[in-house]
Amino acid sequence: MTLLDQFQLMLKGLDWPEWAVYLTPAIVGILLIIVFVLTIVIVFIWWERRLISRIQIRLGPNRCGPEGIFQPIATAVKILLKEDIVPDKADKLIHFIAPITVFVPILLIFAVMPFDQGAILVDLNVGIIYVIAISSISVIGIFMAAWGSGNKYSYIAGMRSIAQMVSYEIPVVLAIVGIALVAGSFSMLRIVEAQSIPFILLQPLGFLIFFLGSLAEMNRSPFDLLEADSEIVAGYHIEYSGMKFAMFYLGEYGVALAYAGIITTLFLGGWQGILLPPVLWFVIKIMLVFSVIVWMRATLPRMRVDQLMSFAWKFLLPMAVINLLLVAAEVLVLPAGMLWVMVLINFAMAAVLILLWSRLFTLGGGRVEV
Amino acid sequence: MKFERYGIGIAKGMALTFRHLFRSPITVQYPDEKLVISRRTRGNELVWFPLSCTGCATCAKACPQGNIIVQTHRGGESKFIVDKFELDTGRCMFCGLCVESCPYNALAMGLSYECAKYRRGDLVMNKEQLSVCPDRQPSAYSRPQFEDSLPEQSLLLYDRAVGGQKLTFLPWSKRKRGPGA
Repeated sequence: MTLLDQFQLMLKGLDWPEWAVYLTPAIVGILLIIVFVLTIVIVFIWWERRLISRIQIRLGPNRCGPEGIFQPIATAVKILLKEDIVPDKADKLIHFIAPITVFVPILLIFAVMPFDQGAILVDLNVGIIYVIAISSISVIGIFMAAWGSGNKYSYIAGMRSIAQMVSYEIPVVLAIVGIALVAGSFSMLRIVEAQSIPFILLQPLGFLIFFLGSLAEMNRSPFDLLEADSEIVAGYHIEYSGMKFAMFYLGEYGVALAYAGIITTLFLGGWQGILLPPVLWFVIKIMLVFSVIVWMRATLPRMRVDQLMSFAWKFLLPMAVINLLLVAAEVLVLPAGMLWVMVLINFAMAAVLILLWSRLFTLGGGRVEV
Repeated sequence: MKFERYGIGIAKGMALTFRHLFRSPITVQYPDEKLVISRRTRGNELVWFPLSCTGCATCAKACPQGNIIVQTHRGGESKFIVDKFELDTGRCMFCGLCVESCPYNALAMGLSYECAKYRRGDLVMNKEQLSVCPDRQPSAYSRPQFEDSLPEQSLLLYDRAVGGQKLTFLPWSKRKRGPGA
């Protein structure tokens, strides 16, 4: 039973009218989620700028507020005050709906994000499948923005986005199936409860596949071909300004937050931790995952389109299939108490597979550059 | 069988950027912190030494812009007394020819560089404004005799304060101070 269900029961006990008992917990839950997402997104923007500038031996924004924490707010105010421009060639309706289509599914993901034992909006028994289904909708939003803008750069970004999302969805889902096999459930709560040791230890290869795949899903560097600033200016949101651009900006960090949360839930043990309260542990782990993402952005150059495709189809997909078969066999064969044996086997298999599969990235035995 | 392209390069790169995380930032937050500039800089303004100046106006002749105005009258002991020594820094291109041509070392390039003004008229410096004073030190450009008294140039503000590029974790804020700050 979630906290909101208890809240609903309490309201029923207070003899509230039927519709109020039904609506109030829902509204409270939605408001909590929106406040959480907006707050963390603001912290994310600040944290990314500070961390990446420290990696580049700069200081980053440190003027607005203590250590520059209010800089994202100033940025948001600046963006909101900008003029809202709609190009002549744009498909007006599509151009208007696209930012909403990108942002709303990201908020919907948080409906099944477990912050604590009971702190979850709805405990769906197919939680993680719901996440996969919902998060795919933002791709349509991105394609709508790309198509509706009537700009050649955004067309290119749209084509890239479809190719990228379709390719990377498959290894991500296969990695999730491996998790579901070990946990024995699709429910986010059950998955967290099943992690007596974090699944990152149990499935290092699955984690790698999921992490890289979700990096591509959230269009972060080194897979940020959609908005490759040096090639196609800003990609799909090139013709957006003002509030609509703010929606895209919010969506970009919102999806990073969502995927960081999913990685935390699936692989890092969710809210579980010692001493500190569970919600705090959840936020700390999210920040940790996001820091790694920022770190990768500061290090790795953007991939070429063909490299992106070959990485998905030649590396991630076969690895995901092998990982799935391996996990399935282990769940079937190994007795229940032998988790650490599974950890050892999986780490060894991950190392061997990565080494062997690296052969695929050479042509003609390494004589030809790819 | 060679094992190539299995991601060791990525790991190396990630390790490198991680080490960079603990280097001290190279940013100089200008109004709060200032670098010590080169001792031989051609700073924003000229520095004039009234006692050495004989009013010979060699500098005015050397000036390609015709920027310098020198007016004198005859004083006692066959000396000139300088009535007016004016320089329009708005037209000056800091070539340093006046300094090089001065036979009595009465003119030097300045060390200061924050000399923006709000009015064009303010850019014309007169005798009093050009004279040497604690705020307006001469640089050692073409005047090596000043060189020893000037602070040494530093491109890294906290170079000496913290100890170079050691892996020290500095406070993240704007609190760092160094020589010249």
